[in-house]
Amino acid sequence: MEIDRKVLQKIAHLARLEFDQNSEKQMIASLSEILDWVDKLNEVDTTNVEPLTNMSHESNVLREDIAQEPLDHERGLKNAPQRDADYFRVPKVLE
Amino acid sequence: MIWRSIEKHTGMQVDRLIRDKYTVVIGLEVHAQLLTASKIYAPDSNQFGCDPNTNISVITLGHPGVMPKLNKKVVEYAIKMGLACHSEISPVNIFDRKNYFYPDLPKGYQLTQDTTPICQGGYIPIRLKNGETQEIGLFKIHIEEDAGKSIHAEGESDTLVDFNRAGVPLIEIVTKPEIISSVEATVLLSEIRRLVRYLDICDGDMEKGSMRCDANVSVMLNGADQLGNKVEVKNMNSIRNVQRAIDHEIKRQILELEKGNQIPSETRTFNDNSGTTSGMREKEQLNDYRYFPEPDLSPLIISKEWLADIKQSMPELPRQLLDKFISEYQLPEYDAQFLTDSKTMAHYFIELCELTHNYKAASNWIMGPVKSYLNDNGMGMSDFPIEPKRLSDLIKMADVGKISFTVASQKVFPQLLSNSNITADAVVKDLNLVQDSDTGNIQPLIDEVLASLPDKVEAYKKGKKGLLGLFMGEVMKKSEGKANPRLTNELLKKCLDQSFEQPLKGYRKRN
Repeated sequence: MEIDRKVLQKIAHLARLEFDQNSEKQMIASLSEILDWVDKLNEVDTTNVEPLTNMSHESNVLREDIAQEPLDHERGLKNAPQRDADYFRVPKVLE
Repeated sequence: MIWRSIEKHTGMQVDRLIRDKYTVVIGLEVHAQLLTASKIYAPDSNQFGCDPNTNISVITLGHPGVMPKLNKKVVEYAIKMGLACHSEISPVNIFDRKNYFYPDLPKGYQLTQDTTPICQGGYIPIRLKNGETQEIGLFKIHIEEDAGKSIHAEGESDTLVDFNRAGVPLIEIVTKPEIISSVEATVLLSEIRRLVRYLDICDGDMEKGSMRCDANVSVMLNGADQLGNKVEVKNMNSIRNVQRAIDHEIKRQILELEKGNQIPSETRTFNDNSGTTSGMREKEQLNDYRYFPEPDLSPLIISKEWLADIKQSMPELPRQLLDKFISEYQLPEYDAQFLTDSKTMAHYFIELCELTHNYKAASNWIMGPVKSYLNDNGMGMSDFPIEPKRLSDLIKMADVGKISFTVASQKVFPQLLSNSNITADAVVKDLNLVQDSDTGNIQPLIDEVLASLPDKVEAYKKGKKGLLGLFMGEVMKKSEGKANPRLTNELLKKCLDQSFEQPLKGYRKRN
C-alpha cells in the first residue's frame, strides 16, 4: 500500500492524533517501511486456507443470561480524568 | 422557471406532476434492544432507567485486558427474529470490530457482526391499506452491542457520558431497498414492532429508544437504470417521525434535482420541531470503520439441534393468528387485524373463544365495549380487569337473549369492570335485569306510548319512518331497559303499520 500525505492525514484523523507537520516526510517513510514489511506475508500462498479469526480451538464459549453484581459506581468512575457524582465528563462533543 | 415560482410561493411544496416523475427507493435499518437480564458480552444488568453509571463492569468500560463473553440468550433471540422473518440462520458465526472513536464507545470499537450476520436474507410480509400483501426483502439481521449515552446538556461545558446502555444487546434488521413510500416504511416498521413484541425479545418502544430506525432514502427519475445517491436519515423517535422525515427527505431531494443540483451521499439528522433534516458536519462523516475479525470471541456454531430447539419455542406469530381468526373463527379481516394487533389481545381472544362459540359476538364485544374502555383509560389489554371467563358469561347471556346487548354493555359490563369478584349472573339478578320477552307485558307499554304521542304517530304515518327509534326508546324507558328489543321492534311496527294503513291511503287521495 502506498502511503502519501492524504493517507497519512486520514489515519491521523481516524486515530484522533495530531502530528508535527515537519515530520510528515519521515512518518510517510516509516509507515511505508512497516507496511512493506507486513506485505511480505503476501508471499505465502493461502489459496486453500480458511482465514484464522481466533487462536483458540474452542467454540460456543457462552454465558447464561444472568445479571450479576455490577462494578461499584464509585470504583467505575474512580479513574476518570474528569467526572462528577454521576457522570464521566469529556470535552464537549458538538452534534 | 415554473419550478422556482412553485417553490417560492409554497415553501417546500412539490407539485404532484413533478413528484410523479420520480421513483422513491427506501431501505430501513432497525435496531432493537433485546429484553435480556444482562448485557451482551458482560454480566452487568440490562435494566432501563437506572441511575447513571450503575449498570457497569470493567468489560463494559473497556478496561485493558478484559475479555468479552457472549450471552446465549442474545443468540437465541436473534435467531427467533430470523425465523420469524424467513431468514437463513448462519451455522458458523464470527464477530467483527467496527472501529471508530466516540466518547460513549470506550473500547474504540463496536463489537458487531460484519462478515457472518447470524440471519441472512429473508423477508417480512406487510399488508397495505388496499388489502394487498407486499413482501419486503431483508439483507440480514445481525447482533451487536449498543453504545453508551452522551448527554449534551444546554449550558453545560462538558459532554456527560453514561455507560449503562453500553453493551446492551441489539439486533439490527437491515432491509433491502424495496420500500417505495413513507407509508410503506411505517407499515413495515409497525410490523417489525409487532413481531419483536410477539416474540418477547424487545418492548418496541421507540420513544424510549429501545427500538430505533434509520432510513436510507434516494430518489431517481422513473425508469432510470441507476439508483440515486442515498441519504441516511437518523434520529427519529417515533413511527410518525419516520414518516415525516422520509416525506421531507423525498421533497428535499426532488427539489435539489429539479434545480439541477446533485444529491451527495451523506448522513442527515431529523429535527422533530421543524420536521426537516439537516446534514452533519463533513468531518463527522469521514468514517472508515476498518472492520476486522474479533479475536477475543470464539466462533459461534449453531447446531441443527440447537436451531430445532429454538424453532420449538417459537410462539404463534401474528400472521398465523390472523389466518386462524379468519379461517377458524370466520371473522372478517378487519376484526382479525384488530384482534391480532398485540399478543395479549390475541391470546385473550383465543381464551374467550374457547368459552363461547359465538366468535363474531365475542369479536364485537372486544371491538366495541372493551376497546372503548381501554381507549378511555389509556390502557392496554394486559390491564383489562375482566377475565375471559366472566366476559364469556356475559356474552352468552346477551347471545341467548336473557339480557339485551344494551343492558349487557351499559349496565352489567361496568359492574364487572369495577368489581373483580362479581359474576354477570349475580349482577343481572341483583339489578333485576333479565330481559322481558313476554308480549303480554310489552304490548301494554307500546299502547301507552303511542297513545301519549299522537302527533308523532301522525308524523310517522305521513312517512317519517325514522320516528320508530323514538317510539322504541320510549318503550325501552318504560320497561327500564328490559324489554326484548327485537320483539319490541316487531310489535311496534305491527301496531303502527296495521292501524294506520287505511288513513294513510285516504290522506294521499285527498291530496
